[in-house]
Amino acid sequence: MNFAAIRVIYRAEMQRAINTLFQTLASPVISTSLYFVVFGSAIGSRIQTIDGVSYGLFIVPGLTMLTILTQSISNASFGIYFPKFSGTIYEVLSAPLSFFEALIGYVGAAATKSFVIGVVILLTASLFVDLQIEHPIWMLTFLVLTCVSFSLFGFIIGLWADSFEKLQIVPILVITPLVFLGGSFYSINMLPPFWQTVSLFNPVVYLVSGFRWSFFEVSDVNVWTSLTMILIFLGVCLAVVSWMFKTGYKLKE
Amino acid sequence: MDNIISINDLAKVYDNGFEALKTINLDIERGEILALLGPNGAGKTTLISTIAGIVSPSSGTILVDGHDNVRDYRSARKLIGLVPQELTIGAFETVWNTVSFTRGLFGQKKDPEYITQLLKDLSLYDKKDNQLRMLSGGMKRRVLIAKALSHAPRILFLDEPTAGVDVELRKDMWRIVNKLRESGVTVILTTHYIEEAEEIADRIAVINHGEILLVEDKTELMQKLGKKQLIVEFKEPQFSLPDSLKDYSLDIDDKGLVLTYTYDATADATGITRLLQSLGEAGMSLKDVRTTQSSLEDIFVDLVHSDGIAANEQPKEKSA
Ligand SMILES: Nc1ncnc2c1ncn2[C@@H]1O[C@H](COP(=O)(O)OP(=O)(O)O)[C@@H](O)[C@H]1O
Ligand SMILES: [Mg+2]
Repeated sequence: MNFAAIRVIYRAEMQRAINTLFQTLASPVISTSLYFVVFGSAIGSRIQTIDGVSYGLFIVPGLTMLTILTQSISNASFGIYFPKFSGTIYEVLSAPLSFFEALIGYVGAAATKSFVIGVVILLTASLFVDLQIEHPIWMLTFLVLTCVSFSLFGFIIGLWADSFEKLQIVPILVITPLVFLGGSFYSINMLPPFWQTVSLFNPVVYLVSGFRWSFFEVSDVNVWTSLTMILIFLGVCLAVVSWMFKTGYKLKE
Repeated sequence: MDNIISINDLAKVYDNGFEALKTINLDIERGEILALLGPNGAGKTTLISTIAGIVSPSSGTILVDGHDNVRDYRSARKLIGLVPQELTIGAFETVWNTVSFTRGLFGQKKDPEYITQLLKDLSLYDKKDNQLRMLSGGMKRRVLIAKALSHAPRILFLDEPTAGVDVELRKDMWRIVNKLRESGVTVILTTHYIEEAEEIADRIAVINHGEILLVEDKTELMQKLGKKQLIVEFKEPQFSLPDSLKDYSLDIDDKGLVLTYTYDATADATGITRLLQSLGEAGMSLKDVRTTQSSLEDIFVDLVHSDGIAANEQPKEKSA
């Protein structure tokens, strides 16, 4: 293993976030606060409790998921897309370094950033609502697994994209709808039966449900089902990445 | 012979079907400076990118100090440093960080003293905390050289190192290359300037259309430069030459008007006197007599011509 290489990639990627620390943290903090002001207080006060949880509290896990999904994907996809676009990737390609070592550096850094952002959002949320975490270990497990698998997913998008449009199209056309329709702001039990069934095909439903369960012990689907689904998603991403590695996909001529 | 790089039947077909390298066989000697000389599009960048592992070969093998550069890529790549043709460099990192980054990528422990010395050698030390985007083009190229040397490679590739480079950097570059050679580093540079190959290389490999046309010691090529031609123009067409000239290597053009005699100008007896005497004795009246000396450029253009290259691709321009 070329640990020195993993370390410098990780560090360079983290440095990018640190250089722009204000944007990195301010944007999630501000948007979370806005959601709380609008949904938690203004509208939430007129919405009845869901499964015995006040609306302001109910949206915390979904809101956190919404942000870390988008952040993981945009961080990781940009992290690998940019060197590819600017040509500086030649260095990584010519170094005595395996694809997986590079992957650990890039995805590890993106996942770390998302994790930090996730924690910051939860801290911000706790200023607005009285946040209790029933199952901290489960909560951390879901948080870490989501950060890692969606950073991996972002890495795949960054490798696949050969234009800025493609880089942005997946987050906009796929992720945002999935997240909004994934029960971040409501329980899918509130939907008509047909749409409940459709929702079960949305992977984000399982993430949000499991994550929410770790806070309040209320969930749309069983927590083990949630865990299984996210592990399957992680497995699929790993399989795709391995295939990309074997074929040198879009990295090497 | 001690080869540090050995390329066997290497071919590269790009995804679009373009055959950029056709059966390349080339041995590079340990410690030499080899110039890969060829016009734009010849395949120079493709060749060195393939050796460095940035481009995958379609067939053939490359051994770097005995290590197969695909199967044993870690051992092979550790030995190599590459300065790319384009100024591909980040924007927001500092000089110090980007050079340290490359060193780390190559699996080497931090060594601030080595990096400090390297930056000083390249007149970059006072810029070490500057962001890359603040640097001029020449400075960026220096940074690329520093990055390539950050892990103390045994083989250095310089892809068109002097394209758009000022005189000072050019001098610095040759100074560094010589210093590297003294310490046993093998240097391979690509260029389409003949003067550059002449100035610095030990051996010259001429490449065009993905084929190596010639690999020769520079001094041997220089001896070819020593070859002169005597050109005699006749007033009347001549198709038969006097028997006394049988042992000369002579060429007459189709119209019988121009006779070309190739000889070694460094030899004691050039045979010019006897040639001209014989022509006079045979009653041939001469219109003009002149000599030409073939330059490396002529040799190169000849090679490239016989390879069927378009005239506008000939590397005629001189370096600034
Ligand atoms: N990625 C690529 N895909 C297809 N053709 C390429 C690619 N890169 C280079 N070529 C072609 O291969 C030939 C050799 O290119 P290159 O190695 O860059 O030449 P040089 O460095 O000698 O100028 C050129 O005709 C170029 O157009
Ligand atoms: Mg080139």
